[in-house]
Amino acid sequence: MNWLNWLSDFFTDPDHLSGPDSIAHRVSEHLLLSGEALLYAALLAVPLGLLIGYTGRGVTAVTALAGAARALPTLGLVTLAVLLAGVGDTAVLMPLVALAAPPLLVAAVEGVRGTDPDVRDAARGIGLTHPQVLRQVCLPSAAPTLLAGFRTATVQVIATATVAAYVGLGGLGRYVIDGLATRQYAVTVGGALLVVLLAVSAQLFFALLARFALPPGLRAQQRPR
Amino acid sequence: MDDEPIVRWYWIGDHLGYLGHLLADHAVIALVPVLIGLLLAVPLGLACARYPRLYQPLSAVFNIVYALPSLAVFVVLIPYTGLATQATVMIPLTFYALAVLLPTTVDGLRAVPDAVRQAATAMGYGPWHRLTSVELPAAVPYLIAGLRVAAVSSISLASVGALVGRGGLGYLFVDGFQRTFPTPIVAGIALIAVLALAVDLLLVAARRLLAPWAVREKGAGS
Repeated sequence: MNWLNWLSDFFTDPDHLSGPDSIAHRVSEHLLLSGEALLYAALLAVPLGLLIGYTGRGVTAVTALAGAARALPTLGLVTLAVLLAGVGDTAVLMPLVALAAPPLLVAAVEGVRGTDPDVRDAARGIGLTHPQVLRQVCLPSAAPTLLAGFRTATVQVIATATVAAYVGLGGLGRYVIDGLATRQYAVTVGGALLVVLLAVSAQLFFALLARFALPPGLRAQQRPR
Repeated sequence: MDDEPIVRWYWIGDHLGYLGHLLADHAVIALVPVLIGLLLAVPLGLACARYPRLYQPLSAVFNIVYALPSLAVFVVLIPYTGLATQATVMIPLTFYALAVLLPTTVDGLRAVPDAVRQAATAMGYGPWHRLTSVELPAAVPYLIAGLRVAAVSSISLASVGALVGRGGLGYLFVDGFQRTFPTPIVAGIALIAVLALAVDLLLVAARRLLAPWAVREKGAGS
């Protein structure tokens, strides 16, 4: 058996072409779970981060929290959440949200703090209220940093959502975990490659977004990561 | 699992030796790759700082490497390195560490002010002597900031290796999940957090010792 055989086996298996175990269905499950986790994380972290960045209060706490969150093993969180809350989307979403929230929080804080103080003062000077300054001045100027934060969070969530299959959920991790359990490397390797492909596509998507969707005045000031 | 408490303390008491063994295994699997990553990052970083044309493609490659899902990479390596071997987990972790450490090394070397470099040359330092006694020490705060990120991520990532049979403390997650017994999972999360914290504190202490002038934290470059 070699790589080409494995891949052709994997991609031509009729079960993988249609039905509940099809590649299209697994990819959509994977994207749905990842998207849901990112949505909740963004709703939680972005407004809080913008506020913390604007007021400058609690910045140290955010940095410490983000560092500590890096040490949390997602596999441990996922298995513990499932044992405590039962198998289901909620149990797996909680660790994924916990994974995605810190980079978004840090990006929002850093982005707002990176706004040129003179521009902020000028905006206040011409009569904008604090909420207006935050929305019309700080938010656009934080956009590149926020986008970079979303890229990090998305890639991490897509990678980690694979682990969700271990506790019985769908997504591309199903192939990886089931293939390992039944010693069918064709399935495992095929699933692994699809996850890699998805993660790399997400990277590319955000790179393109940063290039084309940002206001032209902001593109120049992006620093390479 | 209704009556099962989250932690049964007697289990932890009964398994101290076992937990210690897993902790040691975890430390090796997670931290040796960071050391190898450092040994590779310094010469590569020097080359990149000297030849900026090399840095662009290398940093693009490592950006992608860093985004590769760890479980997927472990799995792809199994046919070559075998199931449940240390190499299956340690090889990808080395690349993740390198992906974090290379940019921080280059940033650190670039942060040496030109005036300092010229002063060293004017004082008669040769290129090698200048490198070892001026440029590398100046990069130490950056290197340690990178090492902190790399080590903590590596410690947490290594546990995923349990799904391919070799994850140190990660084994506790698999074990606890299969037996619907939360105590080992909680113990595993706690020990991983403690290991990460201990390594982080060691690195902060090392920075105080090696670079006492760097009072403020230098950018870690996520």
